[in-house]
Amino acid sequence: MAAPLTLLLIVAVTIRAVLFRSSLAELISARVEVVSPLNAWKRVVEGLALLDLGVSPYSGDVFHEVTDGITALALYLSIQTYNKDVFRKQKYALESDRYSADCLELLRSPKEMFYIPLKVAMFYLLNPFTILSCVAKSTCGLNNAIIALFIFCTLKGSALLSGILLALATYQSIYPLTLFAPALLFFLQRLYIPVNLRRSSFWFFTLQYAFMYVGSLVVITGLSFFLLGSWDFIPSVYGFIFSVPDLTPNIGLFWYFFAEMFEHFRLFFSCVFQINVFFYTIPLSIKLKEHPVFLIFMQIAIISIFKSYPTVGDVALYMAFLPAWSHLYRFLRNIFLVSCVLLACSALFPVLWHLWIYAGSANSNFYYAITLLFNFGQILLVADYFYAYLRREHHLTHGLYLKKKDGTEATLVLK
Amino acid sequence: DSDPVGFDSLDLNERRGRSTDAELDRRDGTRTSEALTPAAAARDEFQEELVIRPLHSGDIYASFQFRTLWDTDFLQEGQKVSHYRLFPKSLGQVLSKFSVRELHISFTQGFWRTMQWGQPFIPSPPGAELWVWFHDTVSDVDGNWKELTNVLSGIFCASLNFIDLTNTVQPSASFKPLGLGNATDHRFLRYATLPREIVCTENLTPWKKLLPCGSKAGLAVLLKSEKLFHSSFHSQAVHIRPVCQDEQCTSKAWELRQTLNVVFDLYTAGQGKKEWSLFKMFSRTLTEACPLATSSKVYVDITDNPELFELSPATPLLSQAVVLGDRRTYSVYDLSRAETFGQLRSLNLLLRWKGDGEMLRPLLHAERYVAGFGLQTGEIHTVIYNNHPYRAFPVLLMDSVPWYLQLYIHTLTVTSKSRDNKPSYIHYQPAKDRHRPHLLEMLIQLPPHSMTEVTVQFERALLKWTEYTPDPNHGFYVGSSVVSALVPSMVAMNTNFTQDQPLFSSFVPVKEESSYFVRVYTEPLLVNLPTPDFSMPYNVICLTCTVVAVGYGSFYNLLTRTFQVDEPSLPLAKRLANLIRRIRGVPLLT
Repeated sequence: MAAPLTLLLIVAVTIRAVLFRSSLAELISARVEVVSPLNAWKRVVEGLALLDLGVSPYSGDVFHEVTDGITALALYLSIQTYNKDVFRKQKYALESDRYSADCLELLRSPKEMFYIPLKVAMFYLLNPFTILSCVAKSTCGLNNAIIALFIFCTLKGSALLSGILLALATYQSIYPLTLFAPALLFFLQRLYIPVNLRRSSFWFFTLQYAFMYVGSLVVITGLSFFLLGSWDFIPSVYGFIFSVPDLTPNIGLFWYFFAEMFEHFRLFFSCVFQINVFFYTIPLSIKLKEHPVFLIFMQIAIISIFKSYPTVGDVALYMAFLPAWSHLYRFLRNIFLVSCVLLACSALFPVLWHLWIYAGSANSNFYYAITLLFNFGQILLVADYFYAYLRREHHLTHGLYLKKKDGTEATLVLK
Repeated sequence: DSDPVGFDSLDLNERRGRSTDAELDRRDGTRTSEALTPAAAARDEFQEELVIRPLHSGDIYASFQFRTLWDTDFLQEGQKVSHYRLFPKSLGQVLSKFSVRELHISFTQGFWRTMQWGQPFIPSPPGAELWVWFHDTVSDVDGNWKELTNVLSGIFCASLNFIDLTNTVQPSASFKPLGLGNATDHRFLRYATLPREIVCTENLTPWKKLLPCGSKAGLAVLLKSEKLFHSSFHSQAVHIRPVCQDEQCTSKAWELRQTLNVVFDLYTAGQGKKEWSLFKMFSRTLTEACPLATSSKVYVDITDNPELFELSPATPLLSQAVVLGDRRTYSVYDLSRAETFGQLRSLNLLLRWKGDGEMLRPLLHAERYVAGFGLQTGEIHTVIYNNHPYRAFPVLLMDSVPWYLQLYIHTLTVTSKSRDNKPSYIHYQPAKDRHRPHLLEMLIQLPPHSMTEVTVQFERALLKWTEYTPDPNHGFYVGSSVVSALVPSMVAMNTNFTQDQPLFSSFVPVKEESSYFVRVYTEPLLVNLPTPDFSMPYNVICLTCTVVAVGYGSFYNLLTRTFQVDEPSLPLAKRLANLIRRIRGVPLLT
């Protein structure tokens, strides 16, 4: 498997290198869909220039290609580990007769799972969103790399490294905090500790992991304080993320909402929108406590959709996971609609931006409409995969061909 | 006649008493008991002058200066001054309440075209400009500044209350005090400009009220608003600063200079004829000097006479002055002498052009414009011209850019003669969103006979819809850049302090012979920002919340419901039958 992966990495690096050298690099790094005030390279360079006026800024394209490679490699290895895990659990479940008799078609075979890690890496590296993000030199690539490494360390079972990487990811943008729950659930599952709030073994491990995570976070924050000499970075980074003062248009839902809001309600709606990112964690964790890796995917998707300054690089990260759930294809209901919506929106974003900002013949509503549609498509995609996953689980335990009381073929509904 | 002009009818709360009548000093509008003690050797002094300079394009430039020297026990802590003679009480109270050391405020309509008109005596940027030096004893400068702007807004009937922290800067080098005192701590300096401010009669009237003679006598009778605002350029300013009263600086005084610069256009006000007179310009003639003034003079720049134009009535008085690096000759009309007014008891100067001439090119000139297209990014270009044939000199460029145009300082380039020209001093204070504007000050050495271009890129922000003005598609103004320099002079400047120096040459203190101080203001910029649709707040809230609700709804469904086999529900008839059967106790239908 090393050879196809190496080939893939070479192709990916070539595409990025070509784009870096072309004139498109300038254009792409100015696109609002790809860079946001939080991760624009231009702002990093500006910050460096302010620190020392007159120093020529570091161009750094190699740095961004490397982070993409790290992400892809980490995802590849994680999915490989995960697949082994899945196959092993399936074997145990079959041996203990937990599956019903007629769901043979739903079982996964090593043959089917062989190419999945490569597909995952390919989905990430060759995704136009990732390429655009890399060529724009957005620091989103770095964020993705850290989250991918975190997933890799979690799946390999190293709690300390996973805690440190998660702290690093949280330090960059506060939203990966929600990934604490799936990581915890994974470790508990791995160590065969039942998730029961009354048992001391559960609390013992939870506190250990929490301590590692919070401790690393404190260390990193303290290091920043010593390096910068003041606590100013806390309000300027986290305050910036939470209070959304910069209304530069992006692919998210926040910018126009806060641009058009009455001052009176600003605090209320800021709180509502931020809580919206965090409050799905507990219910999802309860529902998916047996399936922490799918929970990680769901959490990353929710963060990418509802965070305050999303970019296409964030979208690319959770889209990379989709080949891992390719066995759910038969249960997906809206996949055609969703792919059409996402493709159309991706094409329309630059067009309507140009019409608004440069041609002057459209106004902000056009771009806003596409933003709404794009996020709606993403929500539909994630909800669809969630539905398909739950349905497959239901069929595994209750049988694939279900019959109604009178013997005719039944339809399954959510009630 | 003790009251030829009708001072009795003046508003007693504001008017000062007359210098000649000690008894009338008691009618001073102040409510103090000091009225019983005679004013102790009051040496308040008032001078007025008008300079008329014909310009080569056929336009005419008139510059009024009214100077009041207020001899008072200099502003010390705790000393309340309540005796006002010629100095306006409103401004005196402002000075003492806010511990102001220097105050410069100007209202300008129009832009000064340096290349066509030369250098003005008192430069000013379009709109309103206010810069103030506070005393070192002030503890809360920002609080004083805020109150001061509101009080001045009331005094001058201008909307200076729009000056707040988002358009105030503290320049570190460009605005040194013009009066006494060597202040180096720029924490006590505040500078703000409102390029959008419009000047009209409502601003001229309170300005005229500050003059000792009002607009009833002296040169101020010429200040009629319907003619003054029918001009290409109109600027009225108030400058207050502490000065020395004599060469050894044994006593100090407050100097209040009210200046009014106006340029009348050849075609709109002059009807195309290159012939100007006081009556044509101001629709009034001069009949007498202000009785409170110690000197009241009219200077006409005749350096280009007699080849260029002829001046009547002739006057024997001539004066030479070195101003703005050039030796100019002036015909002087002394209004305190009766013979100036001639037989008709009125003075109406007449200037008739005879030919065209070459104008002396101003040595320093600056322009500014916005480059780029679209509403996302742009570039500010400032071009500074050094027209001196062989001398290079440094200039200090100050730029204050509002926070919603995010400057990228790493894209700052300064090129002279297509080569990089690194500034020797850069002071940059980045903006804080909604708190502070950008401040960029640079010391650039201009090579001789060259054009220097300073470019910096910026990005336009999308504002909250309440932060837009009612006409957002008009654009947002960026205040003028200020270019300050000591320009090498062709002629030796006069560094001596003389009591009877004409006012126009003594505005800026001359420290050395070989150069003179020049301040050039560039054009203000008008920048368009992307606007949201202002009719949409409710719609946006509904639509965004709908998408969020779709997400919430899908997840809620999947989290709280389980899969079940769908048993079809019975048709209505069968259900009713089942109801009856249940009552009867008979088995139900399926």
